Amino acid sequence: MSKLPIPTYRITPWLFLTPLFIMIALAWIGPLFLTVYLGFTDLQLKNFIAFIKDFFTPQVHFTLDNFRRIFLAQDPYIPEVARITMIYVGSVLAINAFFALVLSIAIAYFVKSELISMSLRVSWLLPRITPGIVYALMWNWFVSRDGMFNLLLRLAGIPESWLPSNWLLDKPYSQLLMIIVNGYIGASFGMIVYTAAIKSIPPDLINAALVDGASEFQVARRIIIPLLKWPIMFVTAWQTLSLMASYDVILMVWGAAQGASPSEVLGITKVAGVTVWSLYAYTQAFSQYQYGYAAAISLVLVAIGLGLIVFYFKVFGFRRLMEPSRVEV
Amino acid sequence: MVKVTLDNVSKFFGKVKAVVDLNLEVRDGEFVALLGPSGCGKTTTLLMIAGIYKPTKGRILFDEVDVTDLPPKDRNIGMVFQSYALYPHMTVYDNIAFPLKLKKVPKHEIDKKVKEVAKLLQIDNLLNRKPAQLSGGQQQRVALGRALVKEPDVLLLDEPLSNLDAKLRVMMRAEIKRLQKELKITTIYVTHDQVEAMSMADRIAVMRAGRLQQYAEPEVLYNKPINLFVAGFIGNPPMNFIEGSIKEENGEYYFESEGLKLKLSKDLGELVASKSTDVVLGIRPEHIRVITSGEVDNAIDATVYVIEPLGRDLVINVKVDNTLLKILSTPGLKLEPGQKVKLVFPEEKIHFFDKYTEKAII
Repeated sequence: MSKLPIPTYRITPWLFLTPLFIMIALAWIGPLFLTVYLGFTDLQLKNFIAFIKDFFTPQVHFTLDNFRRIFLAQDPYIPEVARITMIYVGSVLAINAFFALVLSIAIAYFVKSELISMSLRVSWLLPRITPGIVYALMWNWFVSRDGMFNLLLRLAGIPESWLPSNWLLDKPYSQLLMIIVNGYIGASFGMIVYTAAIKSIPPDLINAALVDGASEFQVARRIIIPLLKWPIMFVTAWQTLSLMASYDVILMVWGAAQGASPSEVLGITKVAGVTVWSLYAYTQAFSQYQYGYAAAISLVLVAIGLGLIVFYFKVFGFRRLMEPSRVEV
Repeated sequence: MVKVTLDNVSKFFGKVKAVVDLNLEVRDGEFVALLGPSGCGKTTTLLMIAGIYKPTKGRILFDEVDVTDLPPKDRNIGMVFQSYALYPHMTVYDNIAFPLKLKKVPKHEIDKKVKEVAKLLQIDNLLNRKPAQLSGGQQQRVALGRALVKEPDVLLLDEPLSNLDAKLRVMMRAEIKRLQKELKITTIYVTHDQVEAMSMADRIAVMRAGRLQQYAEPEVLYNKPINLFVAGFIGNPPMNFIEGSIKEENGEYYFESEGLKLKLSKDLGELVASKSTDVVLGIRPEHIRVITSGEVDNAIDATVYVIEPLGRDLVINVKVDNTLLKILSTPGLKLEPGQKVKLVFPEEKIHFFDKYTEKAII
């Protein structure tokens, strides 16, 4: 008797998954290997052609120079980038995970009118559904010299001399803007998760707390927030990882929306003090053309990210984190 | 302990009229059941008394104090929810202690009271558990403990037994009743189960589609139902209804329906006929007498349809023409489906309702 053919029910799922696997391989695993590879080379614009010829041959010169530059402070700007990144991730995370929580409770619990609650939710979603470049341009207009923000401040009687010459370039305003601009977009993610979780709390639980003598505020603090433990952890973990790697909005507000070319971006963000780690990697690659160095900088981020993932999985439990975010009832 | 008064209370949700012009007075220390099918507005009424819902119209009084606009926390009520609504993130101890913590009762006093209540409800060995680790019956006791610990003026119970299995339900029924009598807390109990209401409550308010039908002691509801709905809702198996008309022939009164002619006494016949001639006759299953042999005056011919032996009782289903009647009898009667029998309706047990207004005539 010949061998039994593999039943189709075994093959079909793989068949459907193949496009996904191809995408992951091309868009994620491939670049990851390439980044690791390049991180240990001195690829830059100068030696680009020569390097390409030797690509994946023993002639490629491997070096740890890139990492020496990063960790032995041979690049004087690295400590500043690290500091900005920590401020950025820390502050925007505070907005995305915790301010979003406060907002969600306000919108989904304290505001009893469904219509008002809905419109508030939509208003916080607007920045996310607006095309990024439009959002960036709007901020640029809003805070420009004769923009609406200055106009409002003048109307409020703030003397001209108190206004910074440029909100986007003068520290600490520029860094504050970096946090606000990103937080306004990022908060909506947490809010979607939180409001859904709040709405899924059985009304009986909240009614029981009210009958037990809780004020609305006590209901929020003693019932709603403890029940949102898992959504909060999930949003925190997710947002730390994605914030570390994100620079798109900063690049658009301080780059494209200003009409700056890629080569000018690093200069602008340095002045403004908004060069986050991933943006620094980007500018090293696309305005300084230090491809090897840029790859090494990204690798540090990947390593930290992996470390954090391991940490979160350890702390929260891998399986619980991978399950859909839920409310324990 | 207080007296609870609902004065012309209505609650509308948009176009839906959940409760309409409800007047109800619950005496101090009384146990009142709100009884009705689902969607009749009984839970809405309870939530209005709790202060979760604000009435669209009308007032709610605790003793003589108008509490209509008071938030729940200022009403000193205890409530047990159908789902129990235990806080899943707190232990049993913390669940019960929660109302006291909110009142800022000193710690040692909280401890004393929680343990007292836990002992009363026999859950003192479960205090360190989380609700998820408890059985339905245990959760129910914890919910009751949480409601009782703050010594409420009014205890509200929303179908507290409906999630328990049949055996436990019968047990808890007696226990809640004993507890209520012991603590003498004014209690309002929502249920759709007429047996629960009948067995526990001092008085029962029967509701239907947001309106109060009848508010009376269980025996009164049973013996003197005010309309067809109450008559049909109270009692198991339910009251038998036969549509027909009152006829007068040669000074004698008859109730006539398809395949059925029942002679009525002059007094009864005159009384009913003076109100309406299109009527519904009602008679409870336990009041019909079955005669298997011999001639009886004023009896009705029927055919046995099916027999349901219930151990202690026997439910006999008979057909009179095309009308199915249920008769509650004691076992021992040997009957076969298809057998011809005669039925006797004792006149003092017969109810008459107006066919159109559905109101009781007698």
